[in-house]
Amino acid sequence: MSDYISHDHNHDGIDRRGFLKCMAWAGTGLLWTVSGGVLASKTLAEIAKTGGSLPTATDLSFLQVSDSHIGFSKEANKDVTATFKIALDRINTLPTPPSFLIHTGDITQLSKPEEFDTFDEVLKSCRTKDVFYVPGEHDVLSDNGKLYRDRYLKSVEGKGSGWYSFNKNGVHFIGLVNVLNLEAGGLGQLGDEQLEWLKNDVNDLGTSTPIVVFAHIPLWAVYPQWGWSTSDSEQALGYLKRFGSVTVLNGHIHQVLQKVEGNVTFHSAMSTAFPQPAPGTAPSPGPMKVPDEKLRSVLGLTSVQYRHGNNALAIVDSNLS
Amino acid sequence: MTTIRLKNKLAALLCGITLLNLPFLVRANEMKDTAGDAGGKATQIEIKDFHFNPQTLTVKSGEKVTWINRDDEPHTVVSVEKQFKKSPPLDTDQEFTITAGAPGTYTYFCSVHPKMTGTIVVEKS
Repeated sequence: MSDYISHDHNHDGIDRRGFLKCMAWAGTGLLWTVSGGVLASKTLAEIAKTGGSLPTATDLSFLQVSDSHIGFSKEANKDVTATFKIALDRINTLPTPPSFLIHTGDITQLSKPEEFDTFDEVLKSCRTKDVFYVPGEHDVLSDNGKLYRDRYLKSVEGKGSGWYSFNKNGVHFIGLVNVLNLEAGGLGQLGDEQLEWLKNDVNDLGTSTPIVVFAHIPLWAVYPQWGWSTSDSEQALGYLKRFGSVTVLNGHIHQVLQKVEGNVTFHSAMSTAFPQPAPGTAPSPGPMKVPDEKLRSVLGLTSVQYRHGNNALAIVDSNLS
Repeated sequence: MTTIRLKNKLAALLCGITLLNLPFLVRANEMKDTAGDAGGKATQIEIKDFHFNPQTLTVKSGEKVTWINRDDEPHTVVSVEKQFKKSPPLDTDQEFTITAGAPGTYTYFCSVHPKMTGTIVVEKS
């Protein structure tokens, strides 16, 4: 029997048991694959174990890494650089390397140049060289994100405060920025200029085009009391309603949560640095200390695979233990 | 209010503060009229569990207000109406101090976690 998929009613590679197990892996990595518009994910551990049912040459697989928080050194994880390295090592041992990585923000803890330097240096060890970024609020602390944009938007045509889109294997990817110009008392925010851009960006796309949106703060109301939501995400999702397959990836909350709403699948990834509490289970969403021997089981990656003709993307979370 | 009471309170405060706070405390001691409620302590706002404590603080014009971050998460102090300079990102145990200006109500928030809001009410000195 497979490690975690025992019933695949929708033939999408995910069943309830599997999903619960994914939940237990919060904090690790996830490999996302897009297959005919539906995202599917697998743990890196399983992929390594089975020799990899990774996509064929015509398919697309990419990997989501999130919340590396380089520079953090508190109780919850005193060596976030080491756990980030472990995550990269996992990527390097995949039988078939992912086409590219997506980093969904909070590269650093305090937006310091030396933290970005460390991240860049460690990332050199990764076999997969193409990385697409969106900023977390920790990456834009001092300068409204200028340093972040100077470093991480070189391979894309960044608009406004750094949003962009690109196409890979027939899938349309959209990187959004929802951590800047936040208003007092509010949540994550995209803003009118970005929303207008998004509307135009998808205007000419056919409804069968699989869409992958990635942003740092969740684009669904995970837990607004802790700011785990984006105030104007409804409008953004409205522009995407007509598409048959929309996958929305985020970081920020350092745990795996998933929600399916019509044709839209929302998925949040683990961090490579430290876990955060489940919504409402602690006085605040701050870094959560777990016993040292458990830390790697709550850190991780997300993998995504896409297969033409199936119009589904498979999403798999895996931890670092 | 007596000078002796103020001195006692000052001594108690000195036990638990950093040297950085010293000039601020000396100044608080000079403001005898304002130290009555919490012995000068009220001019410090603690940031803990993603909240400003106290959430509303009343001070006299010219008095200093210091925020100190007790979370393992960086926070900022930003005036909603841009009425005072914004803080740099405050890491754990870092402080930020402003001097209260003209009487009025000043709302502020953390630009990193905008759910966190607070108010400073400045009265005439």
